[in-house]
Amino acid sequence: MTFEVFMQQLANGISIGSLYALLAIGYTMVYGILRLINFAHGDIFMMSAYFMVFGMVTFGLPWYVSAAIVIVAAVALGVLIEKAAYKSLRDAPRMSIMISAIGVSFLLENLATYLFTGVPKGFPDIDILTRAISFGNVSLSVATLVTPVVTIILLFVVLFITNKTKIGMAMRAVSKDFETARLMGININRVISTTFVIGSALAAVGAILWGSKYPSVIPLMGVMPGLKCFIAAVLGGIGNTTGAVLGGFILGMSEIMLVSFLPSLTGYRDAIAFIILIIVLIVKPTGLLGEKVTDKV
Amino acid sequence: MMKIEKKENNLLKNAVLILIFAAIIVLLDLDIIGDNYVRRVLNLAAIYAIVSVSMNLVNGFTGLFSLGQAGFMAIGAYTVAVFTVPVEARKAIFYIVPQSPLVANIELPFFVALILGGLLAALVAILIGMPVLRLKSDYLAIATLGFSEIIRIVFTNMKTITNGALGIKSIPQMPTMWVFFGAMIISVILIVLLINSSYGRAFKAIREDDIAAEAMGINLFKHKVLSFAIGAFFAGIGGGLLASLLGTVDPKQFYFTMTYNFLLIIVLGGMGSISGTVIASFVVTVGLEVLRFFDDSLVLFGYEVPIFRAGFRMVIFSILLMILVLFFRNGLMGQKELSWKMVGDFFNGKKSPKNNRKGGAA
Repeated sequence: MTFEVFMQQLANGISIGSLYALLAIGYTMVYGILRLINFAHGDIFMMSAYFMVFGMVTFGLPWYVSAAIVIVAAVALGVLIEKAAYKSLRDAPRMSIMISAIGVSFLLENLATYLFTGVPKGFPDIDILTRAISFGNVSLSVATLVTPVVTIILLFVVLFITNKTKIGMAMRAVSKDFETARLMGININRVISTTFVIGSALAAVGAILWGSKYPSVIPLMGVMPGLKCFIAAVLGGIGNTTGAVLGGFILGMSEIMLVSFLPSLTGYRDAIAFIILIIVLIVKPTGLLGEKVTDKV
Repeated sequence: MMKIEKKENNLLKNAVLILIFAAIIVLLDLDIIGDNYVRRVLNLAAIYAIVSVSMNLVNGFTGLFSLGQAGFMAIGAYTVAVFTVPVEARKAIFYIVPQSPLVANIELPFFVALILGGLLAALVAILIGMPVLRLKSDYLAIATLGFSEIIRIVFTNMKTITNGALGIKSIPQMPTMWVFFGAMIISVILIVLLINSSYGRAFKAIREDDIAAEAMGINLFKHKVLSFAIGAFFAGIGGGLLASLLGTVDPKQFYFTMTYNFLLIIVLGGMGSISGTVIASFVVTVGLEVLRFFDDSLVLFGYEVPIFRAGFRMVIFSILLMILVLFFRNGLMGQKELSWKMVGDFFNGKKSPKNNRKGGAA
């Protein structure tokens, strides 16, 4: 493998890793607060990609206008899902609320198949993102370079919100102890909605960047990234935002490195995430940056 | 005296009911009533009942949220497919990559392959269960889901044994419905016997409170692995029957969304109710077929109703699942079993005493 090819793959790994990171933040925040794997998160990502297609292709809007609309629409969808499918089950057993999450995800996938058909739609060409830049023999698209930068900026925004603002303080309190936080007069529903707002907005940004890299939009496009990003969140330590980003990067890098160093195992690319998950859960269930929690009787 | 009389009366009712069902299957089987399509749907429902009841054993009775059913079914289905296709027919199937000499000349009778498939699924479940069953509810769900995907990915890539993404065709099909219904009846009876044994009581204790169960001297790990492996065994059997029913297997069939069908069935039937699960299997499978008209265009008074087109059926299906989860969390039966008293109360308009317990434990 030449140095150029290695650099190219490294850049790809970082860029796919940062896409995973964007989605993983949404999983980790929701899990931190509701102790729920939000299976629908990957489908919000998928829907955002479709919204972008409609904004730019069907209505012919400029990319920045459609991006703004897509983010708003994804946030609305995320909050709607929370209100419709999770809110009424807040005191139900864990299994019920998880089945509800699976149900929502299944519904969104079927709805997308029904409304938009299973035929792949081309993601619109965002000129400034798909342009290629060359460094010597290494040629990269702008999206590949911009994605990690966007991810890091958004990570700092999320860290600022959770650590420096009042609602962020409430979020941390709720994730520490749901009941006590409620007794302290924190408006639980507002905190949970805010979590879904942030998570869905990040998923929408992720979908726009993802589409510029892999321009084929299908109803099941969110399933695999969704599962993988949850795994990235577990790897980083569930509930920990920085951990989620770290986990996303590690997962993306290991996938790309496997494909480039052991091309004969390319077919197993989707299995790596699950193998990482099993290893993490056995060796260090709290993840890389997670806090230790003990079971109370 | 009254009580004994009543019991005999119920026994008679049960016998009559069983005879009616047996007669219906015999008539269907002899091609006196129904057609191939009806037989196929009912056979599929019987297979779904086997897998759902075994999933309910794990999820509803032991309280382990496992989503690996599709993967275990794939193991069973591929075992039947690899070993029952006649040796001379294999060259035509494995035309791109020849079949590995390890299995190329082994041909087994259907029932041997079926049991072998179940045992292999159970073996894999034990290997997976060792590390994974230490996890708590939702981690367990995602880990089992992951394993079901890994199994599928491995099957897609083991081209010399499974023929990869092309799948295996011309699997010998069973001539009689009794293969499927017999397997269902035997499986359900075995699982009911298991649930009523001391193992079954241990499973339920683990579901209600695993820490308390452990304090009472139940070996948590052993019982969880046991329940998981038995669940996988029957899922493997179900997969093998499915391979025989369809006559073809390919990895795409065992995508993990398949497990959602069984999840819907056990939620509808009631987590922790065997009779509910069996009824729900038939309701869901037959229902999905009946709902097929949603996928065809509908013309009313010369006007084509625009919402009826391909994919609408699955939207309805998933909306029904959501309604069930949100408003009827106990499903048809909750944790109760079907009894004549329940049927009687239902027809007399008496409300059965409210079941305060909520669904399966997480």
